Order: sequence, then structure tokens, then C-alpha cells
Amino acid sequence: MIGAPAIRKEGRAKVLGSTCYTDDMSAEGALHGATVRSQIPRGILKGIHFGEGIPWNEFVIVTAADIPGKNRVASIVHDQPFLVGIGEEITHPEQPVVLLAHGDRQLLVKARKAVRLEVEELPAVLDLQSSLDLTQVIYGTNNLLKEIHIRKGEPDSVWSQAAHVIEGEYRTGAQEQMYLEPNAMLAVTERGDPNAQVTVYGSLQCPYYVHGALKQLFDLPDDQVRVIALEMGGAFGGKEDYPSVIAGHAALLSWKSGKPVKLVYDREEDLVCTTKRHPSRTRIKTAFDTEGKFLALEIDFVLDGGAYATMSPVVLSRGALHSTSVYCCPNVHIHARAAATNTPPSGAFRGFGAPQSLFAMERHMDVCATQMGMDPVELRRKNFLKIGDSTATGQIIQENLDLGGLMDRVLKEIGYHDKQKAFAAHNATDDPIKRGVAFSVFMHGCGFTGSGEATMASVAGVEGLADGSVSVLAASTEMGQGKNTVFSQIVAEALKLPVDMVNTAIVDTKYVPNSGPTVGSRTTMIVGKLLEDAAYGLKQSLIQHGFLKEPYSPEAFKEAVQKAHARLGSIKSYAQFHKQPHIVWDDASYRGDAYPTFSWACYAAEIAVDTVTFEVKVEDFVAAQEVGRVVNPVLAAGQIEGGVAQGIGWGLWEDVVSNQGRMVNNQMTNYIIPTSADLPRIRVIFLENPHPAGPGGAKGIGELPMDGPAPALLNALQNALGPLRLDEVPMTPERLLTRYEEVYGG
Amino acid sequence: MRSYLPDFDLQVPDSLGEALALLTQELGQYRPFAGGTDLMVLLNAGLLPAARFLDLSRCQELRGIQETSTHLSFGALTTFTEVRDCKAVHQHFPNLVKSARLTGALAIQNRGTLGGNIANASPAADTPPSLLAYGTEVELISLRGTRRVAYEAFHQGYKKMDLAPDELLQRIIIPKPLGRTFHFYRKVGTRQAQAISKICLAACARIENGTVAEFRIGLGSVAPVPARARNAEAVILGKPLEALPIEEAQLALLADISPIDDIRSSAHYRRVVSQKVLGQMLRELSQSSF
Repeated sequence: MIGAPAIRKEGRAKVLGSTCYTDDMSAEGALHGATVRSQIPRGILKGIHFGEGIPWNEFVIVTAADIPGKNRVASIVHDQPFLVGIGEEITHPEQPVVLLAHGDRQLLVKARKAVRLEVEELPAVLDLQSSLDLTQVIYGTNNLLKEIHIRKGEPDSVWSQAAHVIEGEYRTGAQEQMYLEPNAMLAVTERGDPNAQVTVYGSLQCPYYVHGALKQLFDLPDDQVRVIALEMGGAFGGKEDYPSVIAGHAALLSWKSGKPVKLVYDREEDLVCTTKRHPSRTRIKTAFDTEGKFLALEIDFVLDGGAYATMSPVVLSRGALHSTSVYCCPNVHIHARAAATNTPPSGAFRGFGAPQSLFAMERHMDVCATQMGMDPVELRRKNFLKIGDSTATGQIIQENLDLGGLMDRVLKEIGYHDKQKAFAAHNATDDPIKRGVAFSVFMHGCGFTGSGEATMASVAGVEGLADGSVSVLAASTEMGQGKNTVFSQIVAEALKLPVDMVNTAIVDTKYVPNSGPTVGSRTTMIVGKLLEDAAYGLKQSLIQHGFLKEPYSPEAFKEAVQKAHARLGSIKSYAQFHKQPHIVWDDASYRGDAYPTFSWACYAAEIAVDTVTFEVKVEDFVAAQEVGRVVNPVLAAGQIEGGVAQGIGWGLWEDVVSNQGRMVNNQMTNYIIPTSADLPRIRVIFLENPHPAGPGGAKGIGELPMDGPAPALLNALQNALGPLRLDEVPMTPERLLTRYEEVYGG
Repeated sequence: MRSYLPDFDLQVPDSLGEALALLTQELGQYRPFAGGTDLMVLLNAGLLPAARFLDLSRCQELRGIQETSTHLSFGALTTFTEVRDCKAVHQHFPNLVKSARLTGALAIQNRGTLGGNIANASPAADTPPSLLAYGTEVELISLRGTRRVAYEAFHQGYKKMDLAPDELLQRIIIPKPLGRTFHFYRKVGTRQAQAISKICLAACARIENGTVAEFRIGLGSVAPVPARARNAEAVILGKPLEALPIEEAQLALLADISPIDDIRSSAHYRRVVSQKVLGQMLRELSQSSF
């Protein structure tokens, strides 16, 4: 079953339009919820006034004073309030202050506009540099949400002896996940000790994050909080941490009113207030010897985290750990900081810090090649990691890694060398269309960073049902990536069953164990491996208890499960993640094995830029990756194509325009994601090299495709237009024109 | 959930006469609503102050494309799809076909109308530059009667039109170009489809004895209104094709435009790229074989 293009488990319902999303749910007597937001970036909340003309007595009104437990969103750092209380500090312009609920949506919208906040304004910090300069201290003592140093060797001893020292600065912008289904929650609660119960249904990636947040908000034990993840219309990280906030808000309104409350954001609200990709600035200083081999690397990596920590510490960590890309360098110093600004918190987005730092490094490699008069292909080849080499954290590469082979395959596929020659000749003519071809080489660490997986110790299981079929028990959610199908394939493979005998259980914290969040390219590799183990456990158990004998047919297995179920009532098998003894990581020094393994990739892009309008068209795209073993080739190719499309959008068009910390292009009309007319055919190549850490040899692929497109595109722009200052994404036509004029004049 | 559900009143008159009577009775109270493709976006975002709408969809008098030997006449409710599907439009006004094809998505083209595109008075609308380049006239109607206005004089300032509160736009009348003509249309949008323009330039030239005998350029998104490029046109008019003063025209264009920085682009980009698109158009004109 592993390796087969099994049909999506939930595909039929989606195609027929019968899938039930959160906004499709109805509950008897449910109210609609709305959120009143701060509107100014920084200040002290002095009062809340309810304006005239609204029947306020009909409304459910929740403020910070109504919170039964702790007014802090449970996260890595408990710094973010669910609601700002009177006398407390407002730290960004979309901060929730008052919650309203009513049965009439139209009246609710009028009421939201009639709430006036009395605020004593304070000077705000709205950009990264102001935060680093400490123009105002808005977070802790130094505005830093997290700071990391990674050290290897002695870079300072090298600069003076190097043949070439090359510096560069690179920037990336915020990016919106733009899932089709905006954030949505339905809360149903019952008050009264000792049987109080808080239940939420919603669009969320990480049921146990929401579970933890609600426990703390209501001060309730595990079994009195229940989270059910419904079908999701996409997430991409955007439903990793923010759902804790919305679930809390819906539950507070329900708790106070005694009625179910549905809180559904429209597109405009979702875009202004929910998390986006961290904007970044990376400064790189590199030393090479005369041959072009790395001698030293110094990287200063800074992320704009927004007003609260949310996921910033771990986004920063992943970004820092990917900042040296796929190269071996004996002397490294990485200094990484996430700084606070008075803007809505940044958060998780496919890639999780890696696209930012990899953009900088893979762009810098082409800049260095140009400055040293070298071929970017050969410069990379000289410095690739290979078996036995160590990364910046001292992790020894254990796999028989052949990045040169991967790169050559991609260059051949796109016709790199022929096209470079042909384009050079073409670009010398007076045709305003200039053409370029280039690439990037990169990796993505699979699973949680460092000791994350060991600390979390996730659990997943399988259950034999009365009808003889097998159910997958895991809190991993389906957001369109294919979890339902891939998990079923993994279990079917382990049990030698057809895939239609295995299904995934509803993701309900009352029934499924905590298999961890659905993030970090960990679901197939980490949770899938637990399921493989659990499935073997189920089989062994059936054999030991005499229900099953090997070899068996699927029919015999089915009968065995039916019999066992009839006799024992319930048959479940669980597996828990245990740290592998050879994986060593030290959080304090940032030394050791940062990830159990990496997926490796090389992406090449061919572009045409019109020097009349500076519009860029991507003409061809080749995406080749080594991802262990592919569980489902159709779903995997879909993941890659989608990630590449998001990467192209981030590289060329997707620009969050802000004013006073508020996103002002918060509509799909003005926040420009690519349409099919803007995208090339994306040619996906998988090179398989099974890895023991994953089920059937599979590694993670979810985030990988987001990392490579942006640097490949800007490198191709350099190939087309010459060495412009191509230091930023998105490289919109407006920015490209400015940079073109810097070199060629107005 | 909708962003904003304001209270609103929608009247649906059964005929043009009834619509004009309502407009006259309650002067200045109604906002005409044709395809609604722009109004509904604003309404949804809570950005539309008007609370009373006059839905024109049942006014059959405002529909249909009529052809005479000298003109094509479009009812104000002619949709972009009807423009795209009409053979005579392809034959005489290729720029109009291109601009209709580049407006919104197919669903928008099915609903959106030529009249709405004009009377919504967005400087970024896609068909007005083509209409300007073709020397269009618009016919306005009220209970007082009808009158015709040159389209280039119709837009008087940002969202200001030569349209009385009791008047509706009835027809759009375009003369068929005579003799040897050159057509050019380029929309520079925020992406390749479903985009709003950052710069739009349409041109139509009549060539006589190897010189430019008649020439109009229509511009979008570079001024408060869809505008003619009269200064650039004047530089080119009467010049032989093989010696068009392109750089001089590009310089003259700066007096025709007043671009701004906004959410979609910058004034600088609009200024430079409209000059470059003008240059591209003039090079194509000079190389065209007549």
C-alpha cells in the first residue's frame, strides 16, 4: 500500500460538496459571536463604552473580567491575553478587547461598531529596526522574544586570511497563508461544578494545543475540556496557534450565555488579525579560499515576531538551523533574534523560518559566485554536505548524500547549460523580454527541532472495530494534505490489508491520544512511524491471543478482529515516541542533532522578465527532492506543486501592505496570490532513498517545497538582468524597476 | 459570514420609464445598480455608504448591441461576455474585446456591464481606455429627454461625471474606424488574470499615405479619471510612420498623467511604465505595414 496512489479518503465528500465545515455546523439556539478590537498599535485601555441605539440587554458581552481561569493563551511563553482588561496594555492594533454574541448577525455587526474604547495612546514600535534600536521598550527588557547563538570553530580567526570575504543583506516580507476556509469555531459549554464541560468544534491543526489553552482559560481538568477538529479548508500553519485564541473566545461567550456560540471570521477579519509568516532580515558574511571553498560563515538572522511570542522561539530556531543551507563550513557563527513590534503576532506558516534564512543563503551563493567569477553550479558543488560532514550544530551527516547528483539531475531536466547559452545570446538583442534560468539547493529538517519530539513523547494508536475494520487513533488533522489517506496506507501496509479496511477516527480529544500537533513535516514520518509500530502491536496481540495465524488473508484478519472485539469489547494498540539513543541534542549550547533527518531538494526556475513592465513570468519549473520513500505519489506531487505555487507567490507578488501596524490590503483583490494563469507547469521529481526513521522509509515533505522557489526565481532574475540588488522578496515589478534603475539608470 | 450587512433598500423597476420616474421623484437618493460587480465588493467590505439601490436588470431598453453602417451602439447593460461574443466588435474594435477579456474573472464578465464600467467611474476600469481611443459617445436619458456627450468629456474629476441625478447612461456609441487603422491595448495588472490594472493604455491610429492622420490614446489608472493622452497624441499626429518622435512623445506623456502611490502600485512605477508602454506601442505602430 505504501507507494500506491490511493484515492483520498475524504475526496468523494469534498467533490460532492457534502463535507461539513465548521460554518456548516448548526447547533440548537446557537448565537453568533463577534470581536471588538483595539484599533491602535499601543496604549493603555482606560474604559469601554457601549454606544446608543443598540439593545445591549439582548447581547452577551464578555470582557477580561469574565474570564474564569487564567487570561493567558497557553503557548511556549504565556504572554498573550485572550482579552485586554481595563488598565492593561494594548500592544497591537487587532487585539481583542470585548466579545459580543447575539442571534442576529446584522445587529451584531452594528453593535461591534457601537463599542468605543477609551485608550491612552503610547508610542509604538512598528518595524524591526526600531525594535532592535530600542526606540521604545515594548517587550521584556530588550524587545527580544528569543535569541540564539550557534557556534562552530573560530570564524574570527579566518577573515584576515581569506581569499574572498563577501557580505550581503537579504529581506523577506510577511506572507498570508490564504487557506480557503477562514478561521472558525463553534463552542458548546455547560457550567456548574463538578460537571462543567467546555467543548469546541473547529477548524484547527493542533487539537491538544487548543485543549491546553481551554484548560488554562477555564481552569478545568483534562476530562472537562473536549476539542473536535472538523474538516479544514486548508491551514498551512495558519491554524496552528491562532485557533487557541478563537476557541477561547467562542467558549467564553458560550460559558457566559449558556448557549452554543459560533465565531466565524470573514476574509477581511481573518487577514488583518491572524498570524502571518515572520518578516525577516538576514546579514551574511562569508569567507572563501582561492578555490571557492567555505572558510567561515557569519549569519545575523532577525525575525519580526509581532506583539507576542506565539511560535517565534521555534520559528527562529528552525530558521537559524537552516541558515547555512546544504553547505559544510568549518567556522560558523549564527546569531538569531526574534524581535517584538506592535503588530499582530507573526506565527507558523509552511516552512517555519526556513524559507526566510534559506532565501538569504541561496541568494547569497549566486551573489558570491558572481563576485568571485565562478559558476554557481561549481561553487555549490565544492561546498555540499556529504556523508561524515558536520553541520553548524555538529550534527554528522549519516546518509549517503549526493547533492551534486540531485543538482545535476535538475539542471539536465530544465536544460540549464543550453538555456544559459541561448539566453545570453537572446538577452543581448533589443527584445524587451529578457530570459533567465537558475536554481537553489536546500533541505528541510523533518519533525520537531532538537529535543522537541523526545519532550513531547507523542502517542498514536490503532483500534480494531466490531465490523473487523481498523481505525487510526491520532490527533493529527486533515487539512487537505492527505493525512487520512496516508495514515490508512501506512497501517494497511503494516497489517497487509487493502487500504479500504483502514480508516481514520474522528479527531476528538475524548477518543484520540495526543499524537502532537499537525506541523513541522512530522505527520507522515513521526506519527506515521508510531502508527506502523502500533499496527504491528495489534497484529501481535491478535496472534498471541489466538485470534490470528500468519500468513493470513484480509478476510481472516477481519474475522479475527471481529472475534476479538466480541470477546474483549475493545482492542486497541498504542505506540509512543521514544528518543533514539544515537540522537543527541543540547538545548543550552545548541549543539547536536537538530533533526532526526532532512529532506533534500534542488529546484530550478526559468523566467522571462518584460523590461517594459517588469512583470516576471515563470516559464518552467523543475522541483526534484529526495524524501525517503513516497507513501502516495499523487498526494505527494500535489503537496510539492502547492508548495511551489506558494513559494512563487511569496517570491514575486504576495506583499502585506501595512499602515500603523494594520494590514490594509486585506482582501483577495489586493493581496496578490498567483492564479493558474500566473504559474508554469511544475515538474515534480522524487528521488527515493528510504530512511529508517519513517514508516516504510518515508520522510517529511509538507514544508520543503516552500523553501526553494524564492531564491531560484531571484537567481534567475539575476541571470536575465545582470547583478542587480535582488535582495528582497516579494520582488514585485515596482521593486524590480527601482533596482533596474540603480544599475541601468532611469 | 459577510463582513458587513448594512441595511439597504433595493428597488427593481420593470422598465426604463419606471426607473427614470423613480430617479426623478427622489432626486439623488438612488444609486443605479447594473451588474453590481464592484458595488457588491464594497458592500461586503462595509465601504459603501449608499443605502438605496436601483436595480436596472429588468430595463430591457438598456440591452443589446446594434450595428449601423457607420457605428456600433451598445446598450448600457451589455455585458463583457456579450462584447467578447459579438463578431462586429471583433472586426471593428479589437481593443474592446481585449479589455473585456481582461476584466475580472469569467463570472464577472458574465455580470459586469459596459455601462457600469463607465458610470462606476473607477480610473482603473478596463474598458474606458479602449472607448477613449475609439472616439466614443455616450447617450444619456432622463424624463427630460436624451442627450449625447463625447465620452472624453464625460468624466470630469475623480468619480465626477457629466450625469445629472435624474439621468441614466443609455447607450455607448462608437464610430467604426475608417481606412487603415492600427489598434493597441495593454493592461498592466497586478497578475495575469483576475487583476485590477496598475496601468492601462489603449490606442487607435488611422494611417493615410504613411502618416498618422488620426490618433487617440486612452489611459487608465494613471490619473483621477480615464484620460486621453492629448499631449502625446499631438507629438505623433501628422508624423510619418518611419520617423515617429517616440522619445518626444514619451516626454509629452508626463503632462497627460498624474499617477499616485496606492495599495496596488507606486506613482514612480506608473509614470515610468506608462512611458515604456507608450514607447512599445509607438514602435509597433512605426513597424506596422500599411
